[in-house]
Amino acid sequence: MTALTTRPARTPVPARLEVIDASLGYARRTVCEHLDVTVPDGSFTVIIGPNACGKSTLLRALSRLLKPGTGRVVLDGRALDSYGTKEVARRLGLLPQTAQAPDGITVADLVARGRHPHQGLLRQWTEEDERAVADAMAATSVTDLSGRPVDELSGGQRQRVWVAMVLAQRTPLLLLDEPTTFLDIAHQIDLLELFADLHRTGHTLVAVLHDLNQAARYASHLIALREGRVVATGTPWEVVTADLVEEVFGLPCRVVPDPVTDTPMVVPLARPRSTR
Amino acid sequence: MTATTTAPHRPGGRVDFGRTVWVWRTGPLALRVDRRSVLVCAVLAAVTAVFGVLTLGSGSLPLTPAQVLSALFDPDADHRARLVVVNWRLPRLLFALVCGAALAISGAIFQSLTRNPLGSPDVIGFASGSYAGASVVMLLLGTADYLAVASGSLTGGAVTALLVYLLAYRGGLAPFRLIIVGIAVGAFLSSLTSMMLLSVSPQQAMLAATWGAGSLSGLGFAQLGPAAAVFAALLVCSGAVVRPLVHLEMGDDTAAALGVDAQRTRLLATVAGVALTALVTAAVGPIAFVALAAPQIAQRLTRSCTTLRIVPAALTGATLLVAADFVALRVDVPVGVVTVSVGGVYLAWLLARQYAGRRR
Repeated sequence: MTALTTRPARTPVPARLEVIDASLGYARRTVCEHLDVTVPDGSFTVIIGPNACGKSTLLRALSRLLKPGTGRVVLDGRALDSYGTKEVARRLGLLPQTAQAPDGITVADLVARGRHPHQGLLRQWTEEDERAVADAMAATSVTDLSGRPVDELSGGQRQRVWVAMVLAQRTPLLLLDEPTTFLDIAHQIDLLELFADLHRTGHTLVAVLHDLNQAARYASHLIALREGRVVATGTPWEVVTADLVEEVFGLPCRVVPDPVTDTPMVVPLARPRSTR
Repeated sequence: MTATTTAPHRPGGRVDFGRTVWVWRTGPLALRVDRRSVLVCAVLAAVTAVFGVLTLGSGSLPLTPAQVLSALFDPDADHRARLVVVNWRLPRLLFALVCGAALAISGAIFQSLTRNPLGSPDVIGFASGSYAGASVVMLLLGTADYLAVASGSLTGGAVTALLVYLLAYRGGLAPFRLIIVGIAVGAFLSSLTSMMLLSVSPQQAMLAATWGAGSLSGLGFAQLGPAAAVFAALLVCSGAVVRPLVHLEMGDDTAAALGVDAQRTRLLATVAGVALTALVTAAVGPIAFVALAAPQIAQRLTRSCTTLRIVPAALTGATLLVAADFVALRVDVPVGVVTVSVGGVYLAWLLARQYAGRRR
């Protein structure tokens, strides 16, 4: 646990996106109550927790796809619902879990749709649109697929195209709902490295990730949820402890430094879970 | 290697769409069109012009294309030919253009909303609703004034749309359920209209039945004015609603993330689509097939990934209706009879293909 002491102390950073005393849920089911969550400016915030703990619900609230029943969501100091829909889309990009590519659409056409919040009836395709789309495709290495129909691509390529669409939106804030699901391990790391690059160049990212070790490796700020409540927040070394993993996931484990990045790494114990 | 640095693969940061794209930027304008779309539109316009000239030359006073053109553009041409072509036959042709375009745009909107080529207003009952609404005004209130009939037609269409949406709603709108419910509601409304026809005097019923077959004959500039004005207004609305609407095809969440207000867009699109159908129904009666086929034909011609390319779709609709009217004139039947005959075959083919697609 030497890594904990070698880390520099963090100074508090202003919030970019905040959930304040919110209750979140759907018609018949409340998922979270009195929830307070802060996304610090310039952070790579990762939300972790077991299935059905409210991770995706929280992300939906942060991206105004879900209106909180009570409480509020604040983006850059202003209530999220006080922004126009396009204005939000110029500040905050979202990679949803359930995106369907229209039949036969080409990669470039799909990525270009990310420019919608910047366009209008008479401003359909500016120089800036073209540059943003070209850059987004280059960043995600899909430039060579440009004219190909999206339905012909592999799962990994397709996910990179969706990410390119969100990047083309050129928002300082990016929300990613399980971006690595259905990808093989190499493609997962590729994508996470791309997000780490974006983080380094000043983007604020919020992602829902299932893999604790990946979360601990790439996040600068972790939020652990269980049954709709925030159990812990902080740096990976503050959050990913054996006690917490056992409390949140019910998984007895040991936490050791990752041999490559020195971030916390969860190693499950050989004996399966206790009866809790 | 990030979105904020400029490190494009290709020189100048050009985006390769896999096809030729024309970009036109000047002042606040920045437009982008596919070369293929422009060419398709040009060809469609030419075909429409040819059928238009042929139509203007057909009738009890046959005229050659040269005579038609001189009657149209030469003020010193034969007075009798000018009277026939400009005053009598031209309004009918312009009606065919406007109605064909309006039907096609309406079809494109509903096919996009339902994400299904079957989801056009004449299949999902909205056209039957417009027809029933217009029939109520014509038969029970006894007026044939365009604006009165149009109001009845619009009300009928809107009430039907609401009814179909409510009946098909079950925690969301599944496109296929909406289509099935729409077909049922449409059948019910057609029976209702027949019942109305049976309950009035034979003269009235005959008049309404001829109109009910969908006919362009007997239309003059007096009716064209209001119809064209309404169409122009709806064209602007559709143009505005189409840009966000196309993103709904990717799912509500993705569209919302791109700054599209899904509920508002869907409502506006529905209103515009119903109004476009009502506009046509009020003027010429129900005309099948154009709304169903034109967006699909246009999509294939332009090789687009969506039916929502309203300019090619509108031109395709105009071409189809002008051509159908030319045929109708030749065999002396209402144009609706021509479109419904062709449309029946097309619909059967479409259903068979969808059924095969579902079983696969």
